[in-house]
Amino acid sequence: MSHEAPKSTAATGGNVAIEGVLGIQEKTLVQSLFASQAFWVTVALALICGFMTWYEPHFGSIENFYNITRNFAFIGIMALGMTVVIITGGIDLSVGSIMGVVAVASGLVLEAEYPWWLAILAGLGAGLICGLINGYFVAFLNLSPFVVTLGMLSIARSFAVVLSGNRMIYNFGPGGPMFKIWGGGAFLGVANPVWFLVIFTVLLAVVLRMTAWGRHLMAIGGNEHAANLTGVPVKWVKMQAYALSALSAAFAAILNVGWSGSAINALGQSYELRAIASTVIGGANLMGGEGGAYGALIGSALIEVIRNALLMAGVDSNWQGTFVGSFIVLAVLLERIRGKRRE
Amino acid sequence: MLICLVTYAQNWQTNPDATFCTFCWRTFGLAIFVGMICSDRKGKGPCFEIKAKKSGLLGGTEQVPVLELRQISKNFGAIRALTGVDLSLEAGEVLGLMGDNGAGKSTMVKIIAGNFPPSGGEIFVDGQPVHFNKPVEAREKGIEVVYQDLALCNNLTASANVFLGREIKKGFGPFKWLDHAEMVRRSGLLFAELKSETRPRDLVRQMSGGQRQAVAIARTRLSEPKVVLMDEPTAAISVRQVAEVLDLIRRLRDSGHAVVLISHRMPDVFSVCDRVAVMRRGTKVADKLIKDSSPEEVTGLITGAINVA
Repeated sequence: MSHEAPKSTAATGGNVAIEGVLGIQEKTLVQSLFASQAFWVTVALALICGFMTWYEPHFGSIENFYNITRNFAFIGIMALGMTVVIITGGIDLSVGSIMGVVAVASGLVLEAEYPWWLAILAGLGAGLICGLINGYFVAFLNLSPFVVTLGMLSIARSFAVVLSGNRMIYNFGPGGPMFKIWGGGAFLGVANPVWFLVIFTVLLAVVLRMTAWGRHLMAIGGNEHAANLTGVPVKWVKMQAYALSALSAAFAAILNVGWSGSAINALGQSYELRAIASTVIGGANLMGGEGGAYGALIGSALIEVIRNALLMAGVDSNWQGTFVGSFIVLAVLLERIRGKRRE
Repeated sequence: MLICLVTYAQNWQTNPDATFCTFCWRTFGLAIFVGMICSDRKGKGPCFEIKAKKSGLLGGTEQVPVLELRQISKNFGAIRALTGVDLSLEAGEVLGLMGDNGAGKSTMVKIIAGNFPPSGGEIFVDGQPVHFNKPVEAREKGIEVVYQDLALCNNLTASANVFLGREIKKGFGPFKWLDHAEMVRRSGLLFAELKSETRPRDLVRQMSGGQRQAVAIARTRLSEPKVVLMDEPTAAISVRQVAEVLDLIRRLRDSGHAVVLISHRMPDVFSVCDRVAVMRRGTKVADKLIKDSSPEEVTGLITGAINVA
């Protein structure tokens, strides 16, 4: 798929020649579109949606659309944070458990009859602390992200259970209604979490493309040693990446509690896998240095649509885990094949 | 010179045929020469200094080496990697640093580049003592390094690699965006200056060894560095590309940079360097002009067949 650009004339020097070279893109827009995994996932998604609407008209109904989009919004928001970590070549297994802690923290604050915004702050704060701990151990103590976040997965979940006294928190006090609007409300017929997902996707896309921070993330994923030598603040950027991932999980948890109207310490169990799957399906490379915001969104959408389609086709919903798991392996396999071809 | 002028003024009426002494003539010549360069370069400070030093006309004033190491030593635990190494480097000079594996070349480069501090001794840049703890600090003092592995990110474009860690941004207040167009334009200019056929928007992943080398060298030219250290730049590339890289080094020298070339390849060192320093077992055993040396002698020095030159 390599584009035969005209042989550059830069060797002759002079400004005219330079102008000619500067314009040369390695690939044309269409070519890079066809080369991107997110594009093909979008195509697959459209095909599945088209087929399902024909097969089962209820699939295309407005209610079902509302449900599907809201369902994947939570995972999508987490996948955005996960994308940032995966771009640096790391992984964050703790996001599911962090959701549990955040749910319980917010729930307890609401139960104690504090205002809604304090509950949100408490939730985000709890998530941020977990993320900073992850980031510190990974970036500054140079431990493997797999081990650190696996530890946090266990720690955060146990904290959630202990804090909540192993009960469901649903008695939300005066701040409850306002808190619930964030995750449970809708705007222009689309659930609020979906709006947040769209806004965050755009924000992350801009940050990745247009800021030095985004470029540093890519550089760390591409060659951490080189990034360090060229003066990129590698440790800080990595720590911020884990903090952002945890924050996105915290936000998803707050929306989820608002939507479901209750805080349970089991919230987010096995979500880490779905977030990682979404990211990888959307084209992020688990080896680092590759990934995008749109990919995270479309990856999470594909998983949810397939799950929904299976339900409608009458397949036991417990098969979902099998599909998510195979997707991760398949996506990584696909990436390996693409990587080989590129060498 | 002042005395000469005064004498000239006094004697002018009595002896109109008297002229300035040679020293004054040289000084005037230098002043005009420097004036021309300055107006040409729009008065950039460093160029003036470098050219004046290069031309060798500043006979009377003492030259301060751009980089000077005095009695540098480095221990790794009980292992003495370097013992009492002196080295100095002038602007516009290419120094070849040779030695067998484990002779201390890399250790020396890493000390100069700020990867770790020396156990003993002092480093001077332009006569000022410096202490580096991080590579970035050495870079701030005008020491740029082209690492053996080039330190490039394969997943980024050439221009992104050139500006990595030093991105050009625009914007207002706290909002700063990457200025992609400007970075592409400037890296394009740098590649053209190096006469390299490297396109700024290409991913480094797809590039040839010579092009990668050009990207790594272009990066060193973002600032006006005083010293460029190049660690084995010709070790892993094809013969045709070696010629390219040696040309790049000559261009660096011609623009007044001091270059340290660490290399195993005798022909490269002898074709591009002005001076060669040989390391053996952590000490410097020779430091002489290329024209006063020979490949045979240097080989002898590296292996220990010749003890000290």
